[in-house]
Parts: sequence; structure tokens; C-alpha cells
Amino acid sequence: MRPYLEIWNLKKSFALPGGGEQVVVSDFNLSLEKGEFVSIIGHSGCGKSTVLSILAGLAKATEGVAILAAKEITGPGVDRGVVFQAPCLLPWLTAEQNVLMGLDEVMTTCTKTKRQHVAQEYLELVGLSGCEHMHPRELSVGMRQRVGLARAFALAPKMLLLDEPFGMLDSLTRFDLQEALIEVWMKHRMTAMMVTHDVDEALFLSDRVVMMTSGPNAHVGEILNVPFERPRDREAVLRHPDYYRLRERLIGFLEQQASHSPAKPQKFPSQKATLAAALAVS
Amino acid sequence: MGFTMPLVELHGVNKSYHSAGKTLRVLKDIELTIEEGEFVAIVGYSGSGKTTLMSLLAGLIRADSGTLALRGQPITAPGRDRGVVFQNYSLLPWLTVLENVRLAVDQVYPDWAKQKREEQSRFWIQKVNLTDAMDKRPAQLSGGMRQRVSVARALAMDPDLLLLDEPLGALDALTRAVLQDEFGRICQEAKKTVLLITNDVDEGILLADRIIPLSAGPAATLGPSIAVDIQRPRDRKGLNRDSNFARIRAEVFSYLRGSRPKRPLAPRHEALTEPLGLEAALEA
Repeated sequence: MRPYLEIWNLKKSFALPGGGEQVVVSDFNLSLEKGEFVSIIGHSGCGKSTVLSILAGLAKATEGVAILAAKEITGPGVDRGVVFQAPCLLPWLTAEQNVLMGLDEVMTTCTKTKRQHVAQEYLELVGLSGCEHMHPRELSVGMRQRVGLARAFALAPKMLLLDEPFGMLDSLTRFDLQEALIEVWMKHRMTAMMVTHDVDEALFLSDRVVMMTSGPNAHVGEILNVPFERPRDREAVLRHPDYYRLRERLIGFLEQQASHSPAKPQKFPSQKATLAAALAVS
Repeated sequence: MGFTMPLVELHGVNKSYHSAGKTLRVLKDIELTIEEGEFVAIVGYSGSGKTTLMSLLAGLIRADSGTLALRGQPITAPGRDRGVVFQNYSLLPWLTVLENVRLAVDQVYPDWAKQKREEQSRFWIQKVNLTDAMDKRPAQLSGGMRQRVSVARALAMDPDLLLLDEPLGALDALTRAVLQDEFGRICQEAKKTVLLITNDVDEGILLADRIIPLSAGPAATLGPSIAVDIQRPRDRKGLNRDSNFARIRAEVFSYLRGSRPKRPLAPRHEALTEPLGLEAALEA
């Protein structure tokens, strides 16, 4: 069977004013099974978000294709729910109205009451019952991001794309949001891809962690399988005998990537091997 | 060893804010003792009262009750015995790096010869690896470089106590890691007593001798002090192989998470009073 999401030889480059091109991402290959949660980690500016934007249909790949559920991604669509670092809520709408915005587009055959029920249900799932009628300005940053999660999940997309969804929160509040996210996710198990640079976040949420090399020419460096059983409990995960070994591996990769100057072209002896690994997943 | 007085002593400190007829109790019964030469990290959620505690220590605000003392002297106002580094840098934008640092040195050592004050400023700028940026203005510097200037300025005043309030909070992960390593080295070399306030448990473990969690607000209080018995120098990757690292992390997380109110979530009450960073840094 084909993987649910396939990314083939993805390349994104920008033309430079004086001629020539700046290659941000090249030879990016990755496949996701249906229901898989995969994180991409890498340093700021490595091109993680570029890959995600292409999947969201917000940017066009220079070369290569991305195929979701046997259909090539060519533009944005309601089959993909996107959550950005900033929750992007409309300030004049309440939490519920913000969630309803998307629902009104997608659930056109349902009654208004039915849609409201769905919105309320998802707000409750992310821990916001009682806050349905509050405006974004009355909510903390973490609560606003919860509304963003509710909005994305309520549309029941084929795939969830998360771009550093908790990057604006402090490292402790982030834990709470990660738990809210995984709780809702467990109910639907929709295929998800998340970009992050937080190794604890990647380990807690993902089935696999894709380590992306620093740009230019960023690509899949290594892939780590996360063995923790689901549903996951934070304390149990932190106590898992493999936790700190895996954490060390991720930090080691990031440190190794940091020591490469992004200005210079990079050589990775393991490129062939890791590409093979990425493809072998499918 | 004979009896020595702790450098910092806080007893029964309480602080509330009043706004629009409402009272928000921020800190409750804070007890804290810091010995000379110690590096202590206080770790807590955003909005739990960390900055309020720092502002009390800096002398920017007064406690409702309780006592705060430095070398046995009550803390009532900002003073040169405390160097403060805030998250927002608090540099004067029209002055160069050197001038920003020298301004503080001039304030603290008015009777030193001009040459000596200049040397003192240059020495600390060099310590934070900013010699090449000596004549640049803050706008020309990255966030990480600006924070280095703040640290150089604080240390150039040779304070008894260095107060670091989320100094790396505004920086990206990579810059943050580089500066953590640098701060660790500088603080060890300068043999200063340091109080670091952060929401990053790992930062605390990397840098401090002791970690004290601050419970989630309102009415936040300090939890048990946890010794970071991990050899220095510590490195971020290698820590993962140290069983103490996992244990300390688990202890801090478990205390903080246990202190947090279960749902419903508190609506926002962040920053009722934002302390003036610049004033403390420059002893206005």
C-alpha cells in the first residue's frame, strides 16, 4: 500500500537578485503512514517551515512533489488543518465564533446548531469549556493557542500541519498544551506533521522524529523511531529507560548541525545512507 | 568553619497587587537564603510571580510584609550591591556598547580615574566576547549580543549579587544555548553570587548549584531546594547520561506541575505591574 503522505525530491530555491539561486531545501524525501505523528526538528532557518508551507499549499515547490491520500498537493485546502506559532484568531470574534468560521465553510449541509455543538465539543476537548464566549484579548497566549487547536481539529482534516505551535509559550506551559494536543489527537489519530526545535516536545508527541540538516540544501538527516506506548503519560515517558538516550541523540544531532556554518556548503557523508533510510520507511 | 551570615535572606515575604478594586496575591510566605558564592536558580511558570520576586530583590518595589536583607542590611531601594539583567536588555539606544557599560561604571566608581573606569569597562566587554562591537549601538546588535552587553554592564559594577531575570527568554534556541554556556563560564570565573530566574528547567540545571521551584500562582510560594549535584563543566548533551539529571528534572517538573491549578485555566493576569528594568540597571 502507498503511504498516506509522500514527499518526493522536494526542492525549494529562490532566485538571487544578481543571478543564481539560493537553495533552501533540496532532495527532501519522506513518507508518512496514515495516523502517524511525525516531528521535524532542526535549527531556526533550516527550512523546516518551508517544507510545511509547501504541504499546506501556501508555497510552491521548485521541484518535486507531495502527495496526500493519492492526490498531489497543489494549493491550500480544507483537507489540511494548519496551526501556526501565532494562533491567528480574529480578534473581534469569540473563541466559539473563531472555531465556527472554518466549520461554516466545511459543514455546509448541517444546521447552525449542529455546527455550534461541534465547535463547543472541540473547545471542551482542548480544555476551554466556559470560555466559548471570550474574545482573544481576554485569553492568555496558551488559551489562544488552544482555540487554534480546536479550530484545526474541528474541521476533521486528513492531515494536521503544526508549525512550532507552542513556540511562543514558556517551556512549562508548553507541557500543558502538548498534553491537550495529544489528548485530542488520540481521539482521531489523524496523520500529523509538526515542526519544532524542542526535543522533549518531539519525543513526547511523535512516532518518529525527523532530524533536518541545517541549510542551505537542507534535507532529512536522520530519523529516530520513538518507542513509547500510547496513550502516553508524561511522567511515564520521562521515566522510560530509553528517554534520555534518545534525547541525547537528538541534542547531539542539533549540536553537530549548529557547528556547521550555514553560510558554507555542507557535506554530509551519511546523506546517501539517510536518504535510503527515509525511503525505506515506505 | 565559623558562623557566616548568608548573603541574601528573605523571611515571610508577601506581595499583592491591587487593580480596579481587585487584589491579586502574587507571592506568599517566601523564605529564601543564598550563601556567598552560590548560583541559585528559581524556576516557575510565566506569570507566577518570578519577576515580582526579582523586583523585590532589586529594590524596585516593596514587600507588603516580611523582610529582605543583603549582608544583613534591609533591601529598600536599588543599589550598586546588586547587578540586574532583565530579559528586555534595558540598554540606552543612543550610546555605544562601551558607553553603555561605562555609564554604569561611572555611577558606581565616580572617584576612579577616567582611565581606570575605561579599563574596567573594556575588561568586561572583552569577557563577554564583544570587543569587536565596542563602538556599535544597540540597534546594530543581535538580541544575544545585547544581552551580553547587559551582563557586562552588571558585572562591571562588581555587585555582591547578580540578579538574572529570564535573561535568555527572548532568544532563539541556538543563541540561547551559546549564551548559557558563556554565562556559566563567566559566572564561574567571576565567582559571583547569582540568582537566576527562568522558566527553563534545563537552563537551571545547566547553570545552578541549587534549583528552587516557584509554585504556579496566584499566591506563589517557593518549593523545596534541590541540589544540582552534577560536576562542572556541564554539557547539554552529556547531561542526558547523568542519572542525577533525570532525577532533578523529574523532581522539579513534578513539583511545578503539582502546584498548578487543574482546569479551568486562570484567565490572563499577566504583568499587572511591569517593573522598570532600566532604573534598576542604572540605579536611577
